Parts: sequence; structure tokens; C-alpha cells
Amino acid sequence: MLKLTNISKTFNPGTQDAKLALDNVSLHVRPGDFISIIGANGAGKSTLFGAIAGSFITDTGDIVLDGEDITLTPEYKRSKQIGRLFQDPMRGSAPGMTIEENLALAAGKGGWLHRLTKQEKNQLRERVALLGMGLEDRMSQPVGLLSGGQRQALTLMMATYNPPKLLLLDEHTAALDPGTAEKVLTLTTKIVEENQLTCLMITHNMASALSLGNRTIMMNQGKIVLDVEGADRSALSVSDLLARFREISGKALDNDRMLLI
Amino acid sequence: MSLDSILGLVQTALELGLISSLTVLALFLSYSMLGVCDLSTDGCFTLGATVGAAIAIAGHPYLSIPAAMLAGMLSGFVTAVLQTKMGVNSLLSGIIVNTALYSVNIAVMGGSSVLNMNKTQSVFSDMKDLLSETSLAGEYKLAVAVIAVVLVCVFLALFLKTRLGLAIRATGNNPDMVRSSSINPAFTTIIGLCVSNALTALSGCLLAQSQKSVNIDIGSGMVTIALASLLIGHVFLGRRKLPLRIFGMVLGAFVFRLVYTIALRFDMPAFMLKFVSAVVVVAAISIPYLKDQLPMLRRRAAHHRARRA
Repeated sequence: MLKLTNISKTFNPGTQDAKLALDNVSLHVRPGDFISIIGANGAGKSTLFGAIAGSFITDTGDIVLDGEDITLTPEYKRSKQIGRLFQDPMRGSAPGMTIEENLALAAGKGGWLHRLTKQEKNQLRERVALLGMGLEDRMSQPVGLLSGGQRQALTLMMATYNPPKLLLLDEHTAALDPGTAEKVLTLTTKIVEENQLTCLMITHNMASALSLGNRTIMMNQGKIVLDVEGADRSALSVSDLLARFREISGKALDNDRMLLI
Repeated sequence: MSLDSILGLVQTALELGLISSLTVLALFLSYSMLGVCDLSTDGCFTLGATVGAAIAIAGHPYLSIPAAMLAGMLSGFVTAVLQTKMGVNSLLSGIIVNTALYSVNIAVMGGSSVLNMNKTQSVFSDMKDLLSETSLAGEYKLAVAVIAVVLVCVFLALFLKTRLGLAIRATGNNPDMVRSSSINPAFTTIIGLCVSNALTALSGCLLAQSQKSVNIDIGSGMVTIALASLLIGHVFLGRRKLPLRIFGMVLGAFVFRLVYTIALRFDMPAFMLKFVSAVVVVAAISIPYLKDQLPMLRRRAAHHRARRA
């Protein structure tokens, strides 16, 4: 499905601020994998997503998605096959445009001069109704009026409207209040299961890292330092995971958020 | 002031307001939708005027309009390519193109800085002949302007709801989201600026033909005047649905011209137009900002008072 071979990325090369954010990372994601990714701040998790999604071109290595070499493909072209959600709920939608217009762009139906038909508007409405947030009655309201949770749910719907080959979730519930976060996470797993999406999810919540999906990866200093699945993974507890981290990195997790269970 | 002279004022304001509203609509597309402040507007307005005049003088009154728009489109294309493909800052690319257009415009006018169209056939002279027997004989300029503005408004209202139109609007709103919809924001910026500059050029072309002359300064200050009209229109209908917002642009252009025409009546010298438009733009942009700052200033004053006490 997705094959990363020896990708590296250094930011600000040749300066005092040079940072090796990805250090020869290789990863093979199989179709249907739901991988949770954990690691301290600055471990390279988001950079890994940036590399996959095409926010920048990696310094070395190859990226192959579903048999197609996308190493040098620009971001906007990759987004046809890769959906991505960020921590910031504002990043995924255009606040000045209506819910319907945002969805229409995400759906991307028809040619450049195509305008939404009645039937298509109804389809969009039905899809939004699946979110169970009452947004279907607010189709002609600007997205800027929605709450963070509603916007993130909408972004999720937009990113998966045409099911992508790969879904990247970058702490997409971290900025929401606990109740809303729970709701968006439930929606996420539902959509991922229904469409049988292959999915990578960065999280700081160790418990959900172990409970969601079928595989867990830990990153440290730009490298993948742990990759568990199956029986090995089910045997792991949160405290085991913390102990493994200490062992691998030689230091305790200083990030309080990671201890939240 | 007699009723006749009031009507006369309104008519002048309508004619000029409607013709310049085409530039306001162009900025609505580039400034409000695309989020690009297109400083090539002055030069492009003049380009439309000179190209339209040159072709009308050559004996092609109807060809002159699409030709002017095509020239505007080309100028918009250059401005857009400079900022999306060649790393030139967006304000700077407008200024650069504006400068270059000065030479282009003189060249189009055959090396002179004025063209006269007193005896030239144009859409306006044809409309005048057409209406000469009717009760609308005096309103031929208005008729042409109304037709042009209605056509452009309908076009924009339809265009901005197409997939391309939505993508252009999203480019100014959230370019990340455009990219994640598999659309290249550079592409939408290029198309948006081409369309908007075609409208600016149309505006210039019609103004020149309605006043039967062009000079190299015809477009100077247009960007500020149009921005002032745009911001006035935004105050009236800025928060409404798209078709009303588009109409608001035309309304803004009319109100601006009306206020200006009335001011002229009260002996404000004509050369004050650009100063007034500059003040309107500054006021419209900075008043909401200063309003936001007001609580902080109050708090600061109270804080100082308390410390002194």
C-alpha cells in the first residue's frame, strides 16, 4: 500500500539550526492497516506525515503509494489519494464559504464550470447528516460559524468524501474538549471501518494508541524505534509502553500529555 | 437645488458609478475572493482604455471591447505568473506590471499620451443613434453601462458558484484546503487574476469610449477609488449572500460617485477625488481595527490613572 524506503529530511541544512527531522526512515504500510504513532514532541511524527503528504520533498529515499512512485509528486496532486487532518480544526475548511460549498469542493464532482445540481445538493446533505451533528440543516451557513468539533467532523467528512487510499490523522482530536474529542474519534473509526481505509494516526493518548487500530509505531529523534502488532501489541499495557520508551530513548517521557490516560 | 439638477447629479453618478463598478467587481474577485491586492489595476484600466480606443479608431467598434478584455487578461496573466511561479511578492508583481504597462499604453497609443475619439463609432455612439427617437435619448450612456454591469454581475454570480469559482474563493480563504481538494492554488490565482483584469480593462474601455478620449492618466488612482467603493459596498451588503454582495459592489460604486458628485456641487475642487478616495479607504479599513483596539486603550488609560492616584 504505502512503502517508504530510507527517507530523510533535514530542515535548515548547513545552518546552526539544522535539524535532522527524519533519519533514514523505512516503513511498509499494508492495505487496511490502522497504525497509531506515538513519540515525544519533535520526534518526527508530523514531519513523517508531511513527507507522505508532500508538504515538502524529502532529501533522500522513495515513497511509493499503491504501486505509484509519488516521491516527487506535488502535494495538491497527492491529495487525491491521501486525506489529511490536522490538530487545528480551522485548517481543513474555508471559513468564509458555506458548508455546502466546502463539501462541493471536497467532492470535486464535474468539470471546472460544473455547478451543483439539486440532486448533488441532496447527496451532500445526506452525507453531512451521517455526522449526527445537525449540520444538514445549516448547509448554507458559513463554516466559520461552526464550533471546533463541528469543523473537525466536517473536515473528516470532506477528507473522506471520496475515500482516499490513505488517511493521515495528525492529533486531530487534541484541540477538542474531551466529550467532542470522543465523538470525533468514534466517527473516525466508523468512517475508517466502513470505507476500509488505510490509516495512520498520531496521538498523544497512550491508551487510544494501544486500543485503536492494529499496529503501533513509536518514533524518537527522527527514527522509528518500535513497531508492534498482533499478540505483542495486545500484551502491551500503557506502563509497558512508557517503560519501553525509557529503555529506547534512555530518558523518561518528559511530556505530561503523554501520561494522560 | 431644483429637481432637474438633482436628477442630473444622480444620472452622472450612475453613469460613472456603473462604469467604474466594473473595476470594483474586478477587485471583488481579486481582493475579496482571491485575497490578492492587485496593484496593476491602474495600468490595466488604462490598457483597456487605450486598446479599446485604438481598435475603435481603426474602425472596429465592437471588436474593441473583447480586444480590450483580452489585453487585460494578458496583463492579469503576467501579474499572476510573477507571483505564483517566479517568486515575486504579490504586491510587488502588481507594481512591476503597472510600471511596465505605462510604456505599453503609450505604445498602444502610437507614442502619444492622448487619443481622441470625437468622430469614432463606438457602442455609445450606436446606442445614441438607436435611442435618438425614443424618450431615453439622453440616457444612452446609462443604457450601455447598465447592460454591461448586468451582464458582468450575472456572469460573476454564476461563475463564483462553479467548481472553479468555489476554488478561487477558497484560495483567498484557506489555500491549504484548496490543495487538499487536489487543486493547485497557483492555477486558481492565475485564472482569477485573468478574469478580474479582463473586467478592469472592460471598465477602462467603456469609460474611454463614453468620454470619447483617452489619456495616459485615465486609470491613475483607480485602485484606490475602486477599493473605496468596494469597502463602502461591503458596509451595506458585505455579510449577505453572494448575489447580494455582488450587487453591493455596484451600489458601493454608485454611492461613492454620488457623494463625490454632491461634494463637487458644494465647491469641492475636482482634483480632490483621489484624496477623498484615499481617506475613504483608510477610514473603512482602520475604523474596525481601531474599534477593536478601543477597550485596550481604555484599559490602559484607566491603569495609568489608577497608578497615579
